[in-house]
Amino acid sequence: MASWLNFINPFTIDDDPGTYLGDFYTDNFEKGAQKGNVILNLGPQHPSTHGVLRVLVELYGEYVLRSEPVLGYLHRMQEKMGEVKTPYQYLPNMGRVDYLNPIAWNWAYAGAVELLAGIEVPERAEYLRIISAELNRISSHLLWWGAFVLDLGGVTPILYAFEEREKINDILQIVTGSRLTMNYFRFGGVGQDGDERFFALIGEFIPYMRERLKMYKDLVTDNVILRRRLEGIGPMDRDLCLRYGATGPILRAAGVDYDTRKAIPYGLYHKFEYRVPIGPPNDNFGRYIMRLEEIEASLTILSQAIESIPQGKHIIDKAPKPAYKLPPGEVFFAVEGARGQVICHILSDGGKTPYRIKLRAPGFSNLSLFAEAAKGTILADAIAILGSLDLVIPEVDR
Amino acid sequence: MDLSLITFVQILVAVIAIICLMVANAVVMVYVERKVAGFIQRRPGPYEVGPWGTIQAICDSMKLLAKQIFVPANVDLVLFFLAPVLAFFPVLLLFLPIPFGPYLTPWKTPDGLVLILAFAGFGVLSNLLAGWASNNKYGVLGAARAVSQSIAYEIPLMLALMAVVFQAGSLNLSVIVEKQGWVPWEWNIVTQPLAFFIYLICLVAETNRAPFDLPEAESELTAGFHTEYSGMGFALFFLSEYANMLLVSFICATFFLGGYKGPIIDGFWWTIIKAYAVMVFIVWIRWTFPRVRFDQLLNINWKWLLPLGLLNLWITAIIIKVVN
Repeated sequence: MASWLNFINPFTIDDDPGTYLGDFYTDNFEKGAQKGNVILNLGPQHPSTHGVLRVLVELYGEYVLRSEPVLGYLHRMQEKMGEVKTPYQYLPNMGRVDYLNPIAWNWAYAGAVELLAGIEVPERAEYLRIISAELNRISSHLLWWGAFVLDLGGVTPILYAFEEREKINDILQIVTGSRLTMNYFRFGGVGQDGDERFFALIGEFIPYMRERLKMYKDLVTDNVILRRRLEGIGPMDRDLCLRYGATGPILRAAGVDYDTRKAIPYGLYHKFEYRVPIGPPNDNFGRYIMRLEEIEASLTILSQAIESIPQGKHIIDKAPKPAYKLPPGEVFFAVEGARGQVICHILSDGGKTPYRIKLRAPGFSNLSLFAEAAKGTILADAIAILGSLDLVIPEVDR
Repeated sequence: MDLSLITFVQILVAVIAIICLMVANAVVMVYVERKVAGFIQRRPGPYEVGPWGTIQAICDSMKLLAKQIFVPANVDLVLFFLAPVLAFFPVLLLFLPIPFGPYLTPWKTPDGLVLILAFAGFGVLSNLLAGWASNNKYGVLGAARAVSQSIAYEIPLMLALMAVVFQAGSLNLSVIVEKQGWVPWEWNIVTQPLAFFIYLICLVAETNRAPFDLPEAESELTAGFHTEYSGMGFALFFLSEYANMLLVSFICATFFLGGYKGPIIDGFWWTIIKAYAVMVFIVWIRWTFPRVRFDQLLNINWKWLLPLGLLNLWITAIIIKVVN
């Protein structure tokens, strides 16, 4: 057949189909499959895997019997790069680990270095850090919200979410200079002080965003089809979350009151009054609501921050220079990112570069819940569960 | 039924006219759909090509024509190429019994509705063949969904139309229009609101449009049954989707919205206006609702629409018996 197929289309591959059965992962996954079931490869170029995640699923009809995420398509050796670059050179990499939530990663690394070197941060810089981190959290949650509803088949909300996200990017651009891979933090402060326009725009944004959240609730959250697609789907209970080390909104939706901002306070978060939303429900709808409520909590923090920000310096006078060397020692610094607990662990032997850097990505642990939660669901629900985990694949692979 | 030479020529002319209508409709609807979507999503929609982006659809079709027709390895070639053709051409026949105007009916057959319901099944056959032949797991899943969805929703659709047929006492579409008046309260939508509601839901499901677009659910099945089709193969599926939309909208206008009758002068313009109003409605709900799950889709049908359709038919029958 192949020869006359080539006549129609010379680009058709006419090799033996037996050689296309799959790679190492597929072969191994297939060994555990029951006879007659379909092995489906979701990704790495599937529309709902948000990047280059690949999920192998065993389907019986449309029921997912077993699934296995395959990682590593976007591995960029971020941890290794930390070992060959000086701390100052490595800092811009932090904006690239998780491109949707760069400020939290900025903070994790800068905070770890400051803790090890004993650098004090001016109070105004701490406020600017909180303002940028909370703005970034809102923008990350907004994009998740749009992409999640897109996974459920609603195309329009993501374009509304992007409108608000653009506003946040405009605000953060004033101080960070970039819109995506922000490199704002410095050891001992932040890169640039906020001007009047910066604070005026935030002041305008807070009431605007609150109005928009009401609209989101009316148009999307209260939609009957959306409710039916979310409620009771993919429950992840407390034990499951703790066993796999899930953090962030997923853990809080399971009813565990754990937020790094309150559990291991860092920066000046202890000065602010805000409510951390806690579940249940621990299903898709719970995780959905958790994130929308976190946007509200972030707005509360923001409004307190711009009211009470003190005058002063945005960076210490003797900030570390590019050739700065870390003192010997080991340090661990945790930050609450949009997806969960972001940890930077540095081991330094006093050399030019740190001896070892370990980055703890919340998405990696959160992803490992998928295989358990998706067991026995319909394919469409499995996609919804995958979406509700808020995965950013660059962060998972690092 | 006498198929004389005149009838034959009449049908031949009508078929050519319908092909023109279907292509023109696709061009218009691509533009309308993208502009309506842009309006809902607060963006301009196409505006670069031509004045207000009006020739965007023509450029799109040129692109599709110029594209390579990719044939995946180990496909069933006959079925693979037959499926898009089978999706497009049977829709032609479905337009024949529709009375576009008082004197503009392609083929005045007394059994118009039977013809439509009989040939409507070809659409799902082509989806099944496309998914099956393209040697793709997503395609097969999409095809399986298409079959169970279309077959399920054909039943309440038929029940809804039967209620109107009972009322008019004829399967002839021209008679059904004639029985309705020219003012909105003399249309069947007033006497048969439940049937209209059921038909409206079935119409979206039968044309595989969101929120019932499960055979081609993008976020689950990439593109469902037409995943492996490119170039003209895809274009034919695309054309047939819009042609099917146009068809169900015309049927909706004929059965429930008074057909070619209107307040000023009766004519085909009223049919067109009403049909396109229904089309814009279909486009509107596509861009505002998330997709339902497959078991929910079937539950809506078997647990709600089918009993309601039967109840409606039963009540209609009793009322007609009592009144007569």
